[in-house]
Amino acid sequence: MQTTFEPQTSFEVSNKGFYGHFGGAFIPEMLYPNVEELRQNYLAIIAEPSFQAEFQNLLTDYVGRPTPLFLAKRLSEQVGATIYLKREDLCHTGAHKINNTIGQILVAQRLGKKRIVAETGAGQHGVATATVCALMGLECIIYMGAIDIERQKPNVDRMRMLGAEVRPARSGSQTLKDATNEAMRHWINNPVDTHYIIGSVVGPHPYPDMVARFQAVISLESRKQLLEKEGRENPDYVVACVGGGSNAAGAFYHYLNEPTVRLIAAEAAGHGVESGHSAATTALGKPGVLHGSRTILMQTEDGQVTEPYSISAGLDYPGIGPLHAHLFDSGRGEFYSITDDDALKAGFNLSKLEGIIPALETAHALAALNYMSLTKSDIVVVCLSGRGDKDLSTYTKHL
Amino acid sequence: MTLTQNRINDLFAQKSERLLNVYFTAGFPQLADTRTVLLGLQQAGVDLVEIGMPYSDPVADGETIQQSNGVALDNGMSIRQLFNQLDGCRTDAENPITVPILLMGYINPVLQFGVEAFCQKCQEVGVDGVILPDLPFDLYVDEYKAIFDRYGLLNIFLITPQTSDERIRFIDEVSEGFIYMVSSASITGSVSGISDVMKAYFERIQSMNLRNPRLIGFGINNTETFDAASANANGAIVGSAFIRHLQEQGTSADSIQRFVNGIRA
Ligand SMILES: Cc1ncc(COP(=O)(O)O)c(C=O)c1O
Repeated sequence: MQTTFEPQTSFEVSNKGFYGHFGGAFIPEMLYPNVEELRQNYLAIIAEPSFQAEFQNLLTDYVGRPTPLFLAKRLSEQVGATIYLKREDLCHTGAHKINNTIGQILVAQRLGKKRIVAETGAGQHGVATATVCALMGLECIIYMGAIDIERQKPNVDRMRMLGAEVRPARSGSQTLKDATNEAMRHWINNPVDTHYIIGSVVGPHPYPDMVARFQAVISLESRKQLLEKEGRENPDYVVACVGGGSNAAGAFYHYLNEPTVRLIAAEAAGHGVESGHSAATTALGKPGVLHGSRTILMQTEDGQVTEPYSISAGLDYPGIGPLHAHLFDSGRGEFYSITDDDALKAGFNLSKLEGIIPALETAHALAALNYMSLTKSDIVVVCLSGRGDKDLSTYTKHL
Repeated sequence: MTLTQNRINDLFAQKSERLLNVYFTAGFPQLADTRTVLLGLQQAGVDLVEIGMPYSDPVADGETIQQSNGVALDNGMSIRQLFNQLDGCRTDAENPITVPILLMGYINPVLQFGVEAFCQKCQEVGVDGVILPDLPFDLYVDEYKAIFDRYGLLNIFLITPQTSDERIRFIDEVSEGFIYMVSSASITGSVSGISDVMKAYFERIQSMNLRNPRLIGFGINNTETFDAASANANGAIVGSAFIRHLQEQGTSADSIQRFVNGIRA
């Protein structure tokens, strides 16, 4: 059985779980057996033909993949470049998050787990997790920040309707970071029968790598689709928003070693990078350890994690996945800080221009287009990570 | 392997039964309470004191300790502050602190302070060991052990009912001081009492004849649980129950003595 692998490129995780200086598994001993069980088995499980067959089948018939690569003509004209939208918003449940939950629930089943625990910010990952738990008949517990429960009510109702138990996280800022803490505590207390489905490319090794592999389907498809449409696999740019960074990791994955493809990550600047109300991790953060990995995170001089802020619950996180920390550190990725206002404008703009209401998270990626100094001949793939139904009440406040 | 000259190792060389280690959060309930509580615990006769360095995201801790961490941070507590507070405690003319001191906390604040600077400060103020639950054992051995050794600082590791015998042997070989036995698969403060499953685990570890002494923590909150732990190890660690006591009954020497008497009768 293959349990470790040699990194083939500097953007692949090392067998100790690092991307450059970032990654690893900084976990209390209470989590060690769970994480170690996963680490020893995930590659072999994913490689099993029966796993692959079931995974592909569900992605096709349940999620609705491949998602279209849509040439956004009016947006292209406005921006002055050729803009393609990778339509993850058309996935079942409305965002890319389900690519990962399908993969992880199949892993959990093969590890003999009976119960699933997860954290959620915007509720998209919670809904995607509750959905696959319903599909597979597993018990599902979702931790969600008490503040996020308020601002993402439709998703809370969806999770409950899908049979999940939604538990409010009331510590700290009562958002995604705290929900993650609570989910980890739950896992510590239930080590044997529970699998923790992390919702992004964060957490201790092997989570960032495992989640990136499940999301990699995004760029696997976009390369093929671009070849059909433009006669070339590689765009000039791939743009994605980064909360923890899972849609970006998936959208970048098959371009990581294509140096002509520029990788653009949009972070949430909230009220402005310097406003004290921001989640622009690379702009404000320093190397540190959060949720089991060494990454870049927003923190005080004393190493206390800073409470982030963003209008979008899915980007309201003080860290980024270790792969993204490495992309930033190595210069392979280019990071833009996008304010709430910029994102709102970009969300309204896409709605009127293309008839697509994007998630507020996704709107950050769209807003980055305005700062990229693009030229007419540039081909850009934007990962349209999710749809905006869940954000209607926020949008309408700013109509 | 010769043991590091250290108050913790000295303690276990002299005493091997019914040791009581009490945890409290630095700067809790008030910023200036650290020394008061430390002295109170020493006067009440505890064998070791574990001082929590508060952290914003203490994932291995339950609600009680989390809340005390939050209060301490709001009070302005930091590692720097803590070193200032401990400075001179070993040489205090009136009430010198002689009890071994452990600092317990999470790795990120220590990384930001600087691992070497941290170890150096520990040595300077008289800290004997640390417990950093999210510092991976392997990484410690590869990157940090040499630095800890240079400053005579012990790093105490946790084992749980799920820890394999092989890993326990490895931890036992590489660490000294004592091994922190987490009584059950749990965060702090979430269980109370000693179940049959725990007993079986205690007996399994007992029969391994480890080189290091062992203290049992998590769920110890009265004489019954303390006695059960002591019957299966060299003593026990109390945390959440003491934090609750401080909150409800205050930090006076009397209050602390009452708490300790209620644990180790
Ligand atoms: C639509 C959408 N996009 C992006 C994100 C951010 O997550 P990640 O950075 O992991 O893609 C979320 C998170 O909830 C989301 O719902």
